Amino acid sequence: MKKLLRISIILLLVSALILTGCGGAPDTSDDVADVPSVKVGFIYIGPIGDLGYTYAHDQGRLYLEEELGVETIYQENVEESQQAVETAVRNMVDQGATVIFGTSFGYMEPMAQLSSEFPEVSFMHCSGYMMTDNMGNYFGAMEEARYLSGIVAGMKTETNEIGYVAAFPIPEVIRGINAFALGAQSVNPDAVVNVTWTNTWYDPAKEKEAAKALLDQGADVIAQHQDTTGPQIAAAEKGATAIGYNSDTSEMAPDSFMTAPIWNWGPYYVDQVQKVIDGTWEPESYYGGMADAEIVALAPLTALAPEGAQEVVDEAKDLIIDGSLNVFTGPIYDQDGEIKVEEGQVLTLDELLSMEWFVQGVLGNIE
Amino acid sequence: MDASFFAAAVVAGTPLLFATLGEIITEKAGNLNLGVEGMMLMGAVIGFFVGLMTNSPILALFGAAIAGGMGASIFAFLTVSLRANQVVSGLALTIFGAGFSSFMGNKLIGQVVPVNIKDFFKPVHIPLLSDIPFLGQIFFQHDVFVYFGFISVIALGFYLYSTRKGLNLRAVGENAAAADASGINIGLYKYIHIVLGGILCGLGGAYLSLVYIPAWQDNVVAGRGWIAVALVIFASWNPYKAIFGAFLFGGMDIIGFRIQRLDIHISQYLIDMLPYVATIVALILGTNKNRKENHPPKDLGVPYFREER
Repeated sequence: MKKLLRISIILLLVSALILTGCGGAPDTSDDVADVPSVKVGFIYIGPIGDLGYTYAHDQGRLYLEEELGVETIYQENVEESQQAVETAVRNMVDQGATVIFGTSFGYMEPMAQLSSEFPEVSFMHCSGYMMTDNMGNYFGAMEEARYLSGIVAGMKTETNEIGYVAAFPIPEVIRGINAFALGAQSVNPDAVVNVTWTNTWYDPAKEKEAAKALLDQGADVIAQHQDTTGPQIAAAEKGATAIGYNSDTSEMAPDSFMTAPIWNWGPYYVDQVQKVIDGTWEPESYYGGMADAEIVALAPLTALAPEGAQEVVDEAKDLIIDGSLNVFTGPIYDQDGEIKVEEGQVLTLDELLSMEWFVQGVLGNIE
Repeated sequence: MDASFFAAAVVAGTPLLFATLGEIITEKAGNLNLGVEGMMLMGAVIGFFVGLMTNSPILALFGAAIAGGMGASIFAFLTVSLRANQVVSGLALTIFGAGFSSFMGNKLIGQVVPVNIKDFFKPVHIPLLSDIPFLGQIFFQHDVFVYFGFISVIALGFYLYSTRKGLNLRAVGENAAAADASGINIGLYKYIHIVLGGILCGLGGAYLSLVYIPAWQDNVVAGRGWIAVALVIFASWNPYKAIFGAFLFGGMDIIGFRIQRLDIHISQYLIDMLPYVATIVALILGTNKNRKENHPPKDLGVPYFREER
């Protein structure tokens, strides 16, 4: 009797474990009448529930399902290691995926290797630079939206100090900070941007703590290059305001959220997958700005944004879209006051993608 | 370094404190439960869920405690009744807890803690004590959860070192066979204290989701459960040292953000290593002194078979 009880409890526990493991089972939409025979796989660096970077990609995936009715599968929390990426890709190919989007920088090399092994699969890699016969890369000119959000912060700050919670000192983040600072300085020449590194993309408590440190040092507006709302919540608790990132989180941090530079991947995913369906897909290196796609945008300003900011932002946005305003147009000085970009010059895409210096008015070190 | 830094360190250390106390009590019973991270996540998600449903801070805490306790009871069943390998069972519990919290939390994404729970956990200044210069701001201007942590430390310390039951518990962890011979119910002691440990871990997780963040995001614990396991060694299984260690580790967690401004060029990576370096140093010092109270409970990790005596 006792033994029977034991066995039945073990079975119960095991089944509980297995059932939880299946929690992330992908949605399928079989009810669409004319389902194209394409299965699309997405590999995510974080959990969908981060409300940040991965969430934004997943919104794109849902948009894709809705628009084209294709079947999609995804895997969350895939590490940036050879083995993890390989497992994820093989898994997806086994399940019949013919298009695979990898959404983090560190997936680049493993994906490039695997692309030659699976020539019939279309690979697309986000935020990298490698291309093969069947792998392209794509990313968005987030610095344009960062610049616009900098305008809002520059107009809002009264202490002229803006705190910036940043993840890692890599070109993508540095570029964002510089664009943000230039945006803030375009409306408020005295504004300084105080940067704190967290060395994590995802840790709500730690990011909040970093923002608190910046607020204690005198910042009254907090911006972030992080994947959670931690910094926005810290700002709300101190009565300060915040600029988010990745997606519109006005409902999660209603007491501080002003706006955010956001990703909008859906249209690009639809475009690419449609091409695969039509058989016209070719690997490309895509770096979309505000002018030619809606990949990057600025979330609608909330009531906390300063008066008149909407007009200034709209004006700058129009200039960016018609090409007359490039965020990185000289003269631009670095932290030591040395000129980095001569008057009238603009930085090339290669220079942007390898940027490792801060513009004047940014406080912080790159190590 | 001003008082605001130390006050922030106390807050950052509070979830660590609860988890550490929970693990101390578990290990004192001779069982090494590496599922701290999992139990914290279970407490975090259930506490948040109950808080959202009922609007009641007390019920939310109860929910978190029960969730942590449930996680621990799985572990207790596996390791005490079935005498399964404790390390493997604990790791399984961590994986289970992470999956459970993601699964449960799937629908909670984007939700914010209700206002009256937020109000309940607003900082309360303790009269008189909070007026002490410097120390008052550091220790006595926090939310009730932090004070509950202080009380838990004292209660656990008293229980372990000044009561008969606490003595029995330590005997179970040190030498289960001898304790059994003296008439102590080994299984019962282990069960109760493992579950109690899980309850404390669950509360530690709930502090993160209900008070510290206070909104639901996936994987709120982000590795703090593992720091707590290290902290137990750092504190040499002593609750009084644990409170010191928790605030120290909490401080080390956030110090990097404050140093960066001071123009001292220390890599953030080095600062992230500090808690682990401190644990290793504490281990070395503890072994060097070779004092009994610095040693782990002697039967830690050893399943107890009465017939094997």
